[in-house]
Amino acid sequence: MTKSRTFVFYMFILPWLLGFFIFTAGPMIYSLYMSFTDYSGFGEAHWVGLENYKKIFTDDPLFWQALWNTFFYTIIGVPLGLVVGYMLAVLLNTKVKFMGIFRTIFYLPSIVPAVASSLLWILIFQPEFGIANAILSFFHLPTSNWLLSEAMVKPTLIIMSLWGAGGGMVIYLAGLQSVPSSLYEAAELDGAGKWHKFWHITVPMTSNVIFFNLIMGLIGSFQIFTQAYVVSNGNGGPNYKSLFYVFYLYQEAFKFFKMGYASALAWILFVIILIVTVIQFKIFGKKVYYEFDE
Amino acid sequence: MVELAEARVETKPVKMRSMKRGKRIERIVIYALLIILSIVFIFPFFWLVGTSLKPESEAMAFPPSLLPKKWDWANYKEVFEIVPFAKYYINSLIVTVGGVIGTVISCTIVAYGFARIKGKGRDFWFAVLLATMMLPPQVTMIPVYMIFSKLGWINTFLPLIVPSFFGNAYYIFLLRQFFKTIPRELEESAYLDGCGTFGIFWRIIIPLSIPSVITVALLSFMGYWNDFLGPLIYLNDESKYTLALGILQFKGALIVSWGPMMAASVLVLLPLIILFFVGQKYFISGIATTGVKG
Repeated sequence: MTKSRTFVFYMFILPWLLGFFIFTAGPMIYSLYMSFTDYSGFGEAHWVGLENYKKIFTDDPLFWQALWNTFFYTIIGVPLGLVVGYMLAVLLNTKVKFMGIFRTIFYLPSIVPAVASSLLWILIFQPEFGIANAILSFFHLPTSNWLLSEAMVKPTLIIMSLWGAGGGMVIYLAGLQSVPSSLYEAAELDGAGKWHKFWHITVPMTSNVIFFNLIMGLIGSFQIFTQAYVVSNGNGGPNYKSLFYVFYLYQEAFKFFKMGYASALAWILFVIILIVTVIQFKIFGKKVYYEFDE
Repeated sequence: MVELAEARVETKPVKMRSMKRGKRIERIVIYALLIILSIVFIFPFFWLVGTSLKPESEAMAFPPSLLPKKWDWANYKEVFEIVPFAKYYINSLIVTVGGVIGTVISCTIVAYGFARIKGKGRDFWFAVLLATMMLPPQVTMIPVYMIFSKLGWINTFLPLIVPSFFGNAYYIFLLRQFFKTIPRELEESAYLDGCGTFGIFWRIIIPLSIPSVITVALLSFMGYWNDFLGPLIYLNDESKYTLALGILQFKGALIVSWGPMMAASVLVLLPLIILFFVGQKYFISGIATTGVKG
């Protein structure tokens, strides 16, 4: 009985299991091997030992630039996105009328394809005739070159990302709605104010969704590619200030065919994400209420 | 709980009167915030549609006109004249429909295995599945590209569609959460009636899970429709381009045709908006489920 159940179980998960070995585990190991070669996508791969890693860490300013760009985008953009999404959810959770309409309005931007939304924002932030500068100059405020400015390109990409904060909002909203109202009523009896209830009931009771959004937000942020590719015409400009990590990885692999070198970059990305995820679980994991299995 | 509820009934009327004024001001502030934020979130959509209806001279005028002086549908005609837009649309449909079919078939089967069949090693493989959710696909991108290259699949839709038949960790997880909520008694009685495991899955679980299957279909539709990096790597021939690549054709390095580009973006976005409004509850519940029950 048990034995045959095990067989049936493996038959059911077979598609994923095969996929795991073909598209994840196998490629991981293979790319580790490739990262020690000079493979170019064509011809033979030659073993070069740690050469790729040595060059990346000691002799590749673009690697550090890409790493810094990604770090900057993540460390500012992810917390901002979390706060905006949470704020929208808290506002909607106050038993407002037309809640469904507001929720749709805030959620809809997050389904817009990244290419389409990037093109739209290019138009909005166009320095000469874009509406952003038009509004700023109407109020006699300083204008900007936005996506064409070395200093502003990343902040502008962050502003663009906030338009999609409604995706996280939906998850927060479900979390907020599952907080038992008896907790608030008990706190009210104790004379707790709004701020107190927010910090001592709302936030802790929704810590699982905040944590989920944090982890997913960080992983998504590390992967930023499409928006930067579109706004910079595929070159990471101005002056590599929008060359994010995956963008650089893509260029090395598929523009310059340095497959071995790019594999080393991929493995460094993997290790970075692993470390960041483990740190998050170490810091927040224990404090978070998590309903994991039956 | 009962005591609390009774206590609340006694104190509330007294409190309510004194708090009424403050409550009203609070309501006004909340609605004001919601309306302002709604305007901010809607504005880019408004600008997208507006620009798509402006002739080129008006689209690039400064200061820009808020509304098109005259609704000009010429851009929508031009979209199909400047590039083979209908061809892109068909290509996107092929990739998306193929991907959705593969995703739904593989993910439901695998998710049932994880939800209901107690085989040896289930917890281990489920942990592996969760771990792969945190692995960015870019890490394995290069070896996977080489596999498809060896198979001679470059510049075909196969690398974009075939992996969908091997499951997707995120949707497997989502479906597993749904399947676990189905009462076991139904399966047990079917089992006693001589139904095999696959029969139970197909005749009992799937009909009961139509909403969650629709949720996965909708979310994966969005994923395939919006995918940019996949087509960018695998499709070289312009006649094979999907919409995400195709709308970039309107944006040269120097010359940009804004009106047609925005019109094209509207056309790319339209199916998603329609799908969203048709299946709104599935979108919202699906996204909320992953986060809250995670």
